[in-house]
Amino acid sequence: MKFTRLILSNFKRHKTRTILTILSIMVAFVLFAYLGAFRTAFNYGANIAGQDRLMVRHKVSLIQLLPASYEADIERIDGVAEATHATWFGAIYKDPKNFFGQMPVKPEEFMRMYPEFELPKEQMDAWLKTRTGAIAGRTTADRFGWKVGDKIPLMGTYWRSKESDRLWTFDLVGIYEGAKPETDTSNFYFRHDFFDEMRRGGEGLVGWYIIRVKDPEKAEEVAKRVDAEFANSPAETKTDTEGAFVKGFAEQIGNIGAIVIAILTMVFFTILLVAGNTMAQAVRERMSELGVLKAIGFTDMQVLAMVLTEALLIAVIGGGLGLILGALAVAKGDPTKGALPVFILQPSHAIFGVVCVFLLGLVSGFLPALQAMRMNPVEALRRE
Amino acid sequence: MRFFAQIAALVGFNIRTLPSRKGSAAAAIVGIAGVVAVLVGLLSIAQGFRRTMTIAGSPDTVFVLRTGADSELASILTREEAQIIAEAPGVARKNGKALVSPELFVMVNLPKRSTNTDANVPMRGIEQTAFDVRDEVKIVQGRKFQPGRNEVIVGRAAQLQFAGTDLGSDLLFGPNLWKVVGVFEAEGSISESEIWADAAVLAPAYRRGTSYQNAVVRLASAGNYQTFKDSLMTDPRVSLKIVRETEYYAEQSRSIVGLVNVVAGIITTLMGLAAIFGALNTMYTAVAARSREIATLEAIGFRGAPIVISVLIESILLAVLGGVVGALGAWLAFDGFRAATLNWQTFSQVAFSFDVNGPLLVQGIVWAVVIGVIGGLFPAIRAARLPVAVALRER
Repeated sequence: MKFTRLILSNFKRHKTRTILTILSIMVAFVLFAYLGAFRTAFNYGANIAGQDRLMVRHKVSLIQLLPASYEADIERIDGVAEATHATWFGAIYKDPKNFFGQMPVKPEEFMRMYPEFELPKEQMDAWLKTRTGAIAGRTTADRFGWKVGDKIPLMGTYWRSKESDRLWTFDLVGIYEGAKPETDTSNFYFRHDFFDEMRRGGEGLVGWYIIRVKDPEKAEEVAKRVDAEFANSPAETKTDTEGAFVKGFAEQIGNIGAIVIAILTMVFFTILLVAGNTMAQAVRERMSELGVLKAIGFTDMQVLAMVLTEALLIAVIGGGLGLILGALAVAKGDPTKGALPVFILQPSHAIFGVVCVFLLGLVSGFLPALQAMRMNPVEALRRE
Repeated sequence: MRFFAQIAALVGFNIRTLPSRKGSAAAAIVGIAGVVAVLVGLLSIAQGFRRTMTIAGSPDTVFVLRTGADSELASILTREEAQIIAEAPGVARKNGKALVSPELFVMVNLPKRSTNTDANVPMRGIEQTAFDVRDEVKIVQGRKFQPGRNEVIVGRAAQLQFAGTDLGSDLLFGPNLWKVVGVFEAEGSISESEIWADAAVLAPAYRRGTSYQNAVVRLASAGNYQTFKDSLMTDPRVSLKIVRETEYYAEQSRSIVGLVNVVAGIITTLMGLAAIFGALNTMYTAVAARSREIATLEAIGFRGAPIVISVLIESILLAVLGGVVGALGAWLAFDGFRAATLNWQTFSQVAFSFDVNGPLLVQGIVWAVVIGVIGGLFPAIRAARLPVAVALRER
């Protein structure tokens, strides 16, 4: 490129302005990375939901328990491949603000139901051998610095132990990883048989059932059949696909997520608008110079290319730095320490960011570049 | 005096020449207005939520739960325990009856009006004393439910958020049909997100037997708290958790308020940076465009300090203008905006409205001034340092 030096010297003309513009664009794209992470965090349900899984809960509300005997009934229903159950434990680890989900489950059935949780075989074997054994997800294990072999004391809020009342102690026998980056690995699972034997009250009751259907296409029909099976019983059920269930839960958190995302989007575009305007301004100021270039023989296309390259370069430097810094900031994890278990920058969002960088360069450079190209050199020289 | 006269002359001069730089000045104002609007808007979510959760908290009202329970949902109180609480010292009395309200707390599913998706709505079973203990509660439409009947009264905020809760309509929860006979207000507190029914009717419908979940106690005076608490804590018959109503709800609002504050912090820090860059750009352009004028001023006897101060004043004026525009915009857009979200301690819905209040507006404008000072300082110093001869020669 024989114009490289020309373009570079244009940068140097208003050094402060160029640097400030690049910094503004950088900040905009750091925000953009956060925007993506917040969006994933607020709607993470949609990502983790298994296509072939159904959730069965008490019809009146999520907090009502269901009889454990339903498992066998559900597995007899046409279209059901397998069923298992979980229960909300809701105990406190040291301080109420150390919130994470805890559920007693049947280890083998549960791990078959959720293949996205990856647990080393020897840890799975240890879990099956240890009645007080529990496994924690990578996010939570890292958050509290837990290692396999640690004893984890939890203080029950609702569930009490027959032996030690509020205090429940578990042996951490495994740490599971998520198969995908967006898998939620914040939960803590322990054995239902141990829980059922130790709990005072609620024996023989479970929180909810998870079903794997044989054919995901027919999930809705299976859900109807399950609810029909238990209609008019003392504990009627409400069955949804897992996607609908988590989406419903996200909707309960309500418009706060939507408002944050809307505000962030507005902010992002406002910063780009201001930065783009500055970049366009920088070209408009030099119209007479561009006129001189054309007068000494530069073609229209050369002028257009030069102006566009300049704008693109600013956008790519600022946006690139911003995306890298943003990705690094997001990689540090959930800034709220627990409220947003899935806090990642998805590759698709990063790619969209790169597209935005180039769009910014093209749009902010194109109009002034077009003006410069169409300009009559005589007119431009007379402007002074 | 000459010092101030110089500043006044320079500021007047700067302001008169503003129209010739209206593009970049407008960009700075819009940028700062944006920062302030977003800051105030986001924080108003947390403010509104906290206000709803704590507004009703009065220092003489106490929550009694089972030990270890972090919310009504995880608590159980037996009839005997409720009786022991009523006999404890320090409890207020009305017509000889202890002002203790033992309550049940369950959740029911109702569709949100806005999205038509199911939400967990808190439903409370109460006895008649509840109206004396929670004296902020007023029936504003219809009447109270009659004891022993399947009738409910609905909080004003719940009625606005959830479908099928209008006066006179029937609600079907499980096999039970409930008639809405009244609407109540409670000074905008969290109670307004709830549905209330007779505990004696609710208990069998939810298989609660004769137990309750929590008790709300009115003390004769706030000073009786320690006596009341000590007496129950040392009573070997019961194992209870006693907490002031204000603290109880402040604790419940902590996770949402924390989340919103962290999010608002990240966004406004980044936006503030972008706005500082924008303001710097504006003021550098302003100074560069006027370098000859500034040099002329210096040549005819204006001093460096007044020049620096005048540029700073211009920058701060623009910033304050932006701050006021942004704060007003946020107030118009967000104040009173009604929303409902999940109370993560009880998994049930809390309806609240965003609250843009005085301190928040002041905070926004302070941010604007900070941006204005930083954005103006460096260009101002550059302006004062311009060598007079060079600047005069510049064209």
